[in-house]
Amino acid sequence: MDKKYFVSSSPHIYTQDSIPKIMYTVILTLVPAGIGSVYFFGLRTLWIMAIAIVSAVAAEAIVQRMMKRPVTVYDGSAILTGLLLAYNVAPSVPLWLPAVGSVFAIAVGKMVFGGLGYNPMNPALLGRAFLLASWPAHMTIFSGAVPRGGTVSGIDAITNATPLNVLKAAQDVLQHPQDFSPAQKMEASEAIGQLYDSIEDLFLGRIGGCIGETSVVLLLIGAAFLMYRRYIGWKVPFTYVGTVALLTWIFGGADGLFTGNPIFHVLSGGLILGAFYMATDMVTSPVTVGGRIYFGIGCGVITVVIRLYGGYPEGVSYSILLMNLLTPLLDRWTRPKVFGGKKKA
Amino acid sequence: MVGFMSSKSFPGGIHPPGNKKTTESLPIEKCPAPPSVVIPLQQHIGAPSKPIVATGDALRIGDSISESGGFVSVPSHATVSGTVSAIEVRPHPLGVKVLSVVIENDGQEKWRDDIGFDENYRELGKKEMINRIHAAGLAGMGGATFPTHVKLSPPADKKIDTLILNGAECEPYLTSDHRLMLEEPEKIVRGMEILFKILGAKSGAIGIEGNKPDAIKVMRQKIAELGLPFKIHALHVKYPQGAEKQLIKAITNRRVPAGGLPMDIGCVVHNVGTAAAVYDAVACKRPLVERVVTITGAGVKTPKNLLIPIGTPFSHVFNHCGGLTDDAGKIIMGGPMMGLAQSDLAAPVIKGTSGLLVLNEKQSRRKQEQPCISCAHCVDACPMALLPKMLSQFVKHERFASAESYNILDCIECGSCAFVCPANINLVHWIKYGKLKVMQKRKKAN
Repeated sequence: MDKKYFVSSSPHIYTQDSIPKIMYTVILTLVPAGIGSVYFFGLRTLWIMAIAIVSAVAAEAIVQRMMKRPVTVYDGSAILTGLLLAYNVAPSVPLWLPAVGSVFAIAVGKMVFGGLGYNPMNPALLGRAFLLASWPAHMTIFSGAVPRGGTVSGIDAITNATPLNVLKAAQDVLQHPQDFSPAQKMEASEAIGQLYDSIEDLFLGRIGGCIGETSVVLLLIGAAFLMYRRYIGWKVPFTYVGTVALLTWIFGGADGLFTGNPIFHVLSGGLILGAFYMATDMVTSPVTVGGRIYFGIGCGVITVVIRLYGGYPEGVSYSILLMNLLTPLLDRWTRPKVFGGKKKA
Repeated sequence: MVGFMSSKSFPGGIHPPGNKKTTESLPIEKCPAPPSVVIPLQQHIGAPSKPIVATGDALRIGDSISESGGFVSVPSHATVSGTVSAIEVRPHPLGVKVLSVVIENDGQEKWRDDIGFDENYRELGKKEMINRIHAAGLAGMGGATFPTHVKLSPPADKKIDTLILNGAECEPYLTSDHRLMLEEPEKIVRGMEILFKILGAKSGAIGIEGNKPDAIKVMRQKIAELGLPFKIHALHVKYPQGAEKQLIKAITNRRVPAGGLPMDIGCVVHNVGTAAAVYDAVACKRPLVERVVTITGAGVKTPKNLLIPIGTPFSHVFNHCGGLTDDAGKIIMGGPMMGLAQSDLAAPVIKGTSGLLVLNEKQSRRKQEQPCISCAHCVDACPMALLPKMLSQFVKHERFASAESYNILDCIECGSCAFVCPANINLVHWIKYGKLKVMQKRKKAN
């Protein structure tokens, strides 16, 4: 035989999908929210994003060199981690902070476990958790970053905080009436009223918060495209958001059960960013249908517990990190029944 | 993936590009017989057949050259007239060398003389019909090549109520069943009538994917014209719609039990090509000596649907199609999802050859395997509700017991998982290897 032909096992045709294509598509769908953050918080956020991305890519390349592995920074996964990390810090942070966060996210959150595909937790969220634990002041004070187009605050004592900060402080006042003056109590009630009237601001993003989390509408535009391309499914985000809505409606009000404001809770904080972009991270979320549903519900429960009863006003990132650790177990517990099978073996 | 769960479909599955336009409107042409044919004595699942001819014997088309080597085995026949020049091992499409009978074609095209239409074939007993089917050497022509007579002889405790003909042809590129349904509907339907009688079934259905509206129409008309009680089901266009278990689910909404057979739920499935061959075998006592094959793909100069004598070497077939292009990269017997890559063009067309697909070099190159990112596309695509990602990882780490407990043996090797994998992981390859290991272990344990 003169000519040699390729021989391999079937199948012989493949989709055009690839890991870089998925990564760059996700990055692209995050661009609207990024542009929104530049509009709301100013050019500084662009610097934060650039620094976070460059640090993440550099960290990955250097660690891969050190580990004597092929350098695969072109696959886009480090860029995505850097960008998500930037979206998870306040616009007022010092510029070295995102760099430290990105390096931690890549080196400790991802490469230590073996690189892409092997990390148990979402690297960007791990980076955020690291920053939050190490420099809580930088990470939780949102001063100096008043979004353009007004704020919902207007309350002197707690100006420039995120809506969830305001809510937490105000509800704290109302729940311990003996510790506060009547004027403070009045102020707190007014603040809650103002917050609940600010749905439009929350939806558009005219609020304090982390760089990429504030504009619900811009995040949803990107997420809709990802769903259309089937890079994310409906199960995790919808069950997550649904669980938060349900539980905050039941338990979130100051006047007893079923007096909470679920819309406020869904639109504020990092829930939309977390539910559509981070809980859906392929590597760290379950592969089974049942697993994805329990994962979303679990994220929702933990988020609400932290928001309503915990020390932090916001619980999205910790809830996702905790559920990431449950992912292998969820996959095992929710193994689908084989076609024509009677019950799980 | 959102499963289309109507009764005309099944959970999971994928939508690969069809690529059927090239050949779907080309009528079946007769491929001239080659100077010599190579007829392997193993063209079916089961025991190889035993040669009953010797070198130098003169043969006519249709003469038996081998007899069954057991119950699950079928004989083979001369497909040209001429002289046996050798009985030796020759290349086989399975990639191994198999004992084959080589016949030099004398070009006379002389047929065995007892072949011809038997007017009274419908009065034949069940047993005689099955005998004729066996004597004609029939093995499933969809590609799996399971001996047809075995499928028609279910154990007494398995009552068959439903006969299904498979005209789904869900493999991309292939159009041989499609053309056969358009050009020989009567043979198919009459063959189905014979199968129906043998099985004593109560209902008969033909499943055809909705991308073949002309075939659906022609088959419907033919059934009405002949006054037969069969139903045509237009099926959702989705791969692997033509896989036996998925087809049964789509048509009857019954699920073949895991590890079981269609007869466990009262069903028998035959390919439309097999039905046409059944008609030839029973009504004309004509053995299976040729079949329709789609020759297609970017690497073939003139794609065609050909009626080819069994035993014709692939090289001869390609010459008749204008040859291969310079950048032909991969030769596949069957469709692109489950077909077998060929290394030797001396291998012949066999009873299960539904197509010869030639991809160009660019299409043939595999991309570098990347780490699994757990995207779960394989899980959503698996029509058997398996976890291909986990199965392949178990096998890579030689955890065969885990693979077995995750139902690796239920994999039908349809290729949907590997098709959708963005990390280019050859999941089917790993799973096939794992299945082999699990089977070996089971054999040892027994």
